[in-house]
Amino acid sequence: MSPAITQVQLAANEASEHRPLIITLFALFVVATLGITVWAGRQTKDAADFYAGGRQFSAFQNGLAVSGDYMSAASFLGIAGAIALFGYDGFLYSIGFLVAWLVALLLVAEPLRNSGRYTMGDVLAYRMRQRPVRTAAGTSTIVVSIFYLLAQMAGAGVLVSLLLGITSDAGKVLIVALVGVLMIVYVSIGGMKGTTWVQMVKAVLLIGGTLLITFLVLLKFNFNISDLLGKAADNSGHGAAFLEPGLQYGATGTTKLDFISLGVALVLGTAGLPHILIRFYTVPNAKAARKSVNWAIGIIGGFYLMTIALGFGAAALISRDEIIASNPSGNTAAPLLALHLGGVDSTWGAILLATISAVAFATILAVVAGLTLASSSSFAHDIYANVIRKGKATEKEEMRAARWATVLIGIVSIALGALARDLNVAGLVALAFAVAASANLPTILYSLFWKRFTTQGALWSIYGGLVVAVGLVLFSPVVSGDPTAMFPDVDFSWFPLKNPGLISIPFGFLMGWLGTVLSKEEPDAKKYAELEVRSLTGTGAH
Amino acid sequence: MAAEAPPPSTEQHKLPTPEEFTEVQESAEFGELRRSHRSFAFPLTVAFIAWYLLYVLLSNYAGGFMGTELFGNINVAFVFGVLQFVTTFLIAWWYSRHAATKLDPKAEAIKTRMEGGA
Repeated sequence: MSPAITQVQLAANEASEHRPLIITLFALFVVATLGITVWAGRQTKDAADFYAGGRQFSAFQNGLAVSGDYMSAASFLGIAGAIALFGYDGFLYSIGFLVAWLVALLLVAEPLRNSGRYTMGDVLAYRMRQRPVRTAAGTSTIVVSIFYLLAQMAGAGVLVSLLLGITSDAGKVLIVALVGVLMIVYVSIGGMKGTTWVQMVKAVLLIGGTLLITFLVLLKFNFNISDLLGKAADNSGHGAAFLEPGLQYGATGTTKLDFISLGVALVLGTAGLPHILIRFYTVPNAKAARKSVNWAIGIIGGFYLMTIALGFGAAALISRDEIIASNPSGNTAAPLLALHLGGVDSTWGAILLATISAVAFATILAVVAGLTLASSSSFAHDIYANVIRKGKATEKEEMRAARWATVLIGIVSIALGALARDLNVAGLVALAFAVAASANLPTILYSLFWKRFTTQGALWSIYGGLVVAVGLVLFSPVVSGDPTAMFPDVDFSWFPLKNPGLISIPFGFLMGWLGTVLSKEEPDAKKYAELEVRSLTGTGAH
Repeated sequence: MAAEAPPPSTEQHKLPTPEEFTEVQESAEFGELRRSHRSFAFPLTVAFIAWYLLYVLLSNYAGGFMGTELFGNINVAFVFGVLQFVTTFLIAWWYSRHAATKLDPKAEAIKTRMEGGA
């Protein structure tokens, strides 16, 4: 047994010694959030409550909730791990995830709030033939959310591996099932109101935990960032190269293209993520939506700056072998860092490990709830009410459909949770970003800003972007032909890039344009007048 | 508690007819609002995406330059990364100021008139 493995066993043993503490912290969060959920559930009376939390959250509350929804296991576990292993290249995630918010702020948040009611599909289908476009919007909402869920479930599995020992498959299944059951409860009882409060609590916990770790890391280096970076570079075994771009992506022309592909997907994905978009319906008007994005940019930006301390701190204070032995993609670097900051053999270390693990668990749980809400809302409102029932379903029936959809999606994500254990969580989330940027963003932008855009254009851009993005992932090294792939033992990967964005995003835009210019039908000028005036002025907004 | 506030008053307003929407869309006043949004948001979007892509491309193809150490272990790449944060904060602030002074009053005027049924 290598020393690194012993270290990990040690971490697991440390954790198991203090398992009562970990379980208490988990239980506290779960009980508190369930309390909120039941309270919110009692106030959830109509569809606007269930889908949009009654639209009465303040800009700050929603900004906090947006941050909670956005800073997922990918941000906390994934980025810390990517930086810890690959240094500067991992930092691209932090930058891309943040800059992306400007697309949402400048082009999407306010028009969406002004012209939609409950889902992304409301805006996409506004001036189009309802049934086909809503079906497409619902499909892409669910696919994007499931990719995102996959990443969160992988994160949950990773945490359990760390806390309960690598061999404990039963424990892992148990926790993933627990996450699934909790999210079904949160969403089906609390609706958007409950989920929003859970996001706020989680955002505060995550920021608090990250501030604590950042402070402890900086304290070790007397608040000298240059020293921190220097120690990280030395300890990484790569020297100065660790602080320069190229360690992960600089090897060949192909990996460089992969870096661009990832970068493009990150910056264009955010404004197409359904679970983020529907958050803008929880505030009273577009001005509040704008302010909540500003709050979110401040909070999220602050958090991503701290990933420098998390990632380079882990690289500086933990041996590379130990990080890799614990998880090949570095997903456990942040909790391991907490353990080392407190002292590997000390109670303080175990307490920090337990706290940070509980924060990570809360993070995952809240994001999973947000994703489930987005996909079940879209199923109920876009597909069930408007396509299957052709707009004749009552609010009660629609909400009942949403609750059933929640259960179904919960079960699907539990089942998928086991597939992606060894992939970097941030890389997995980047796939969801690529799909969102390929299928949703072109359609949203064309719908809002291009007068000529037609139903056929909308369908071509959604399905074109969706099929190409998902298809390329399927034949990429993420799924097969790589040691960390979902199916490492087979190889059907002919597409060399791990992120499809570079191809699939331009393709989505191209298809939207092509579908439109080849349309036989005329665009509905009256409906576009309505959409354009509403989206810019808020006239008649709900 | 925010969640217990009364429903928004806008719901009691009437929704304008399709003809009214078309009329407003073609009006000079709305054209002005559209222009002040697009002429600000579109070029700025192109600019920040270009600035971000510059960072991505320099990371890829100008490793030597990005690795230049400026002070201590802080290199050009690190400063570039942090600058992306700074510009993001600045652009968010700038857009919000533009929206509050140039867009909101125009939008508000149109909305009030349309919903008031004048």
